Amino acid sequence: MHSQTVARISQGLKDREFSSVELTRYFLDRIATLDRHFNAFITVDEESALAAAAAADERLSSGNAAPLTGIPIAHKDIFCTLGMRTSCGSRMLDNFVPPYNATLIDNFQQEGAVLLGKTNMDEFAMGSSNENSFYGPTRNPWDLERVPGGSSGGSAAAVAAMLAPAATGTDTGGSIRQPAAFCGITGIKPTYGRVSRLGMVAYASSLDQAGPMAHTAEDCAILLNTMAGHDPRDSTSSEEPTDDYTAQLNQPLQGLKIGLPKEYFGEGLDASTGQHIEQALKVLEQQGATLVEVSLPHSNLTIPTYYIVAPAEASTNLSRFDGVRYGHRCEDPQDLHDLYTRTREEGFGDEVKRRILVGTYALSAGYYDAYYKKAQQIRRLIKQDFMTCFEQVDLIAGPTTPGPAFALGAKTSDPVSMYLEDVYTLAVNLAGLPGLSMPAGLVGGAPIGLQLIGKHFDESRLLNVAHQYQQQSDWHLQQPQSPAGGNA
Amino acid sequence: MSIEQDEIQKIAELARIRIADDQIGPLTDRIGEILAMADTLQSVDTSGVVPLSNPMDAIQRLREDVVTEKNRREDYQAIAPAVENGLYLVPKVID
Repeated sequence: MHSQTVARISQGLKDREFSSVELTRYFLDRIATLDRHFNAFITVDEESALAAAAAADERLSSGNAAPLTGIPIAHKDIFCTLGMRTSCGSRMLDNFVPPYNATLIDNFQQEGAVLLGKTNMDEFAMGSSNENSFYGPTRNPWDLERVPGGSSGGSAAAVAAMLAPAATGTDTGGSIRQPAAFCGITGIKPTYGRVSRLGMVAYASSLDQAGPMAHTAEDCAILLNTMAGHDPRDSTSSEEPTDDYTAQLNQPLQGLKIGLPKEYFGEGLDASTGQHIEQALKVLEQQGATLVEVSLPHSNLTIPTYYIVAPAEASTNLSRFDGVRYGHRCEDPQDLHDLYTRTREEGFGDEVKRRILVGTYALSAGYYDAYYKKAQQIRRLIKQDFMTCFEQVDLIAGPTTPGPAFALGAKTSDPVSMYLEDVYTLAVNLAGLPGLSMPAGLVGGAPIGLQLIGKHFDESRLLNVAHQYQQQSDWHLQQPQSPAGGNA
Repeated sequence: MSIEQDEIQKIAELARIRIADDQIGPLTDRIGEILAMADTLQSVDTSGVVPLSNPMDAIQRLREDVVTEKNRREDYQAIAPAVENGLYLVPKVID
């Protein structure tokens, strides 16, 4: 049961092969017995999950079920859940029980999906390895000595280890796509504004976007149908009409033009990873797509641009954690200044502090023009590179990461080397574009991902291309060995 | 652009984060490395380029000035570290 897709499970529920309570119990038991190896979950509430499953079973019997009715879904612990602790991977919010749901959580609940649990993540979504969590690192189900990627590493590991059929994540600079690549699953970051940010703890508001993580592109399409749409309570939510993201999955790829940015295939790309990407592209070519070399000339500036823009926005967003209204508060504050400074010293981890300080510096008098304004100007140049390419091609393809998952602890003492891991994913967020990662090979036993980048609001096309690829390849069907021995 | 320890102390004060004395040195080194990486931005001529703050170049949407949310003060104060008589408590600010 655990290795089946959402599409298959959804059919099984409708055909009464099993109930949602049986299904939910099954995944809860897997979490209880196996998650000690991975640390993918921060919070699991069995009672409320089973109650939601029982309600879903009633809805299934009454015949008005939606596609996700009764399906257990794991949510990144960045989405506010009414009455259930939402920690964002931080000591600052270790005691935070939100008084409201994120719009995304409401959307899943209206469909009758079951909230299976809240997944581990880098603190405040800042990180590329899940090692910045207050709750300890998540481990990669393919190799427990490697990172799962980040910041949605708990969600990626939960799906890869088949502790959940699907999960949600958020992506500010690659945080859905990179862990999806490292854990051998499929994930899509939609266009900026496609999915509501209300109730999603903010990191960098002009970059943050939520998306689905699952075994297949088809499953991502099913989840995105529930997630996407205008939210009047999020002022940056798009009013662009949504698609039925499953409708175009079976379109043939004849006539499709795919751009390959030469900057994504040069120095820094691991050779074996590059070979797998070339092979995946050949499959798309055999399916009728044309491959065209393109150029994104400002690619070498995406890391410095992102690591000014995102910390600047973070320093503003995270000023709300002041020990007054919710979250952590230091003991016995001597005065208001002591309350603020000690609460924030104790509540935030090292990487969060670094980004707040870099952002504060970049926004401070005398440095604003040299750093923040400059980065925003280059951000426009980076976006223009993509717009120029899209006059020539329908989508862009390349590697999601420079190589497979790295070892736990390998980059924790050197933040800049960690930042370099995001080289192929950051530009997508800076330009607000949709980006997808799907499994395209194993290097030394660890998965790597092929990234597809689309025009604004062209999620259907990315899911179509990924689905077509998954009809002709089986990388997405590969499973890690269970830590207990044998198949997971 | 290199950064000195006293500048780190200044921005930590602006950001209201206490930094232990023995952490100032290593933190200055790490942030110096990050800013050194960001220095490549200075090599690009951006004269005349309009800064991009929203990836869709969207502007702030306006709505009717009407009440849309219920007053849930008690729910919101229930999760606060310290409240009294409907007010958030902080250490004394004015003598």
